Amino acid sequence: MVDKVRKDAAEALAGVLKDGMTIMAGGFGLCGIPENLIAAIREAGVKDLTVISNNCGVDDFGLGVLLAGGQIRKMISSYVGENKLFEKLYLSGDLELEFNPQGTLAERIRAGGAGIPAFFTRTGVGTLVAEGKEVREFDGEQYVMERGLIADLSIVKAWKGDTEGNLIYKKTARNFNPMMATAGKVCVAEVEELVDIGQLDKDMIHTPGIYVDYIVRGSNYEKRIERETTRPKEAA
Amino acid sequence: MAWTRDDLAAQAARELRDGFYVNLGIGIPTLVANHIPPGMDVTLQSENGMLGMGPFPYEGEADPDLINAGKQTITELPDSSYFSSADSFAMIRGGHIDLSILGAMQVAGNGDLANWMVPGKMVKGMGGAMDLVAGVKRVVIVMEHNEKSGAPKLVKECSLPLTGAKVVDLLITDLGVFEVNRGAGVVLTELAPGVTVDEIRAKTEAEFTVRL
Repeated sequence: MVDKVRKDAAEALAGVLKDGMTIMAGGFGLCGIPENLIAAIREAGVKDLTVISNNCGVDDFGLGVLLAGGQIRKMISSYVGENKLFEKLYLSGDLELEFNPQGTLAERIRAGGAGIPAFFTRTGVGTLVAEGKEVREFDGEQYVMERGLIADLSIVKAWKGDTEGNLIYKKTARNFNPMMATAGKVCVAEVEELVDIGQLDKDMIHTPGIYVDYIVRGSNYEKRIERETTRPKEAA
Repeated sequence: MAWTRDDLAAQAARELRDGFYVNLGIGIPTLVANHIPPGMDVTLQSENGMLGMGPFPYEGEADPDLINAGKQTITELPDSSYFSSADSFAMIRGGHIDLSILGAMQVAGNGDLANWMVPGKMVKGMGGAMDLVAGVKRVVIVMEHNEKSGAPKLVKECSLPLTGAKVVDLLITDLGVFEVNRGAGVVLTELAPGVTVDEIRAKTEAEFTVRL
């Protein structure tokens, strides 16, 4: 049996990382981001990266640390409002940026992983997003053609995984991770709990191991909360 | 007396119906959740990947793995479900969500909406707004009637980049309620207390008819 388990994020990415590569990174905001793998990419110092991720972290955490390190040349994202450095780099021309509507981004990744090179969507018709793209009418409605997306590498974060690479995500930390696992030529997954095969309920697996090349148990999860909103406890 | 932010949310909540699946945008639309009539069954969708959004957690109980589309910590309900962002937007794009309530920078008389970008100034991105207005059955916009400078926001034609063309069904501002009907003609149907049609005419660029 092929051994997919690696000791840590650095070992999992050894020989995979290259300057100029395209990397998909799972997560929505700071929720469900592959903290250990991002830190290992920071440490490896690869440059000229194109990064596909819904957001770009915050200034000092998540993908923001790759921005701060000058490692990212281009971002494909849907929303980057939480990152001041991002805005500064973009407005000064030091960072290329492609905005995709969030649902279009999710579907482009899903399509890429599923071998679908392009699809038509109503999203963005009549806006800047549709400029330069084919618009076609189906059943009296206008649709814009969007391309499937694949990457050289995808890095994803799950809650539990087994040594075969089967993954289970937790709550809204699932977000972009399942599609990205399918759309990387190489996929590296990090998990909070790594178990032996047979330990996960097979009916509950979100990402089958076929998509995962390497798996590592992450450590020292910070799981930073971007906007902690609470209500006071009612008197008992 | 123009409507306050909370009044606006209460006005928008009148659009809710029993059994609706609803997506609320960031800002005033989020406040609509506080005005769901007692006994009405409304399921809130969060486009990052959840149906059945519950209230904010108690102090000390926030879960970093459970956030809404505004990145706020939330809780789950007995009927909640989680799914990927691709499934979430399939739900949105596929017309399965009944109502979306969103904020706006400009709404045009032809039903166009601009709410994501100010060229050269604001670089944040559209997030899920373009998908929501393209796919949700009914789109209700809640916004201040004018900019701080006094400039009208209900305009003949949006000067800002569009979020969607001919997508707005209903507009609720602090001054009144307008049926926009995705470009079929704007109709003023309700006035905030103490607001006159003349005041709205003076503060509006788009043409509209009145049916109070």
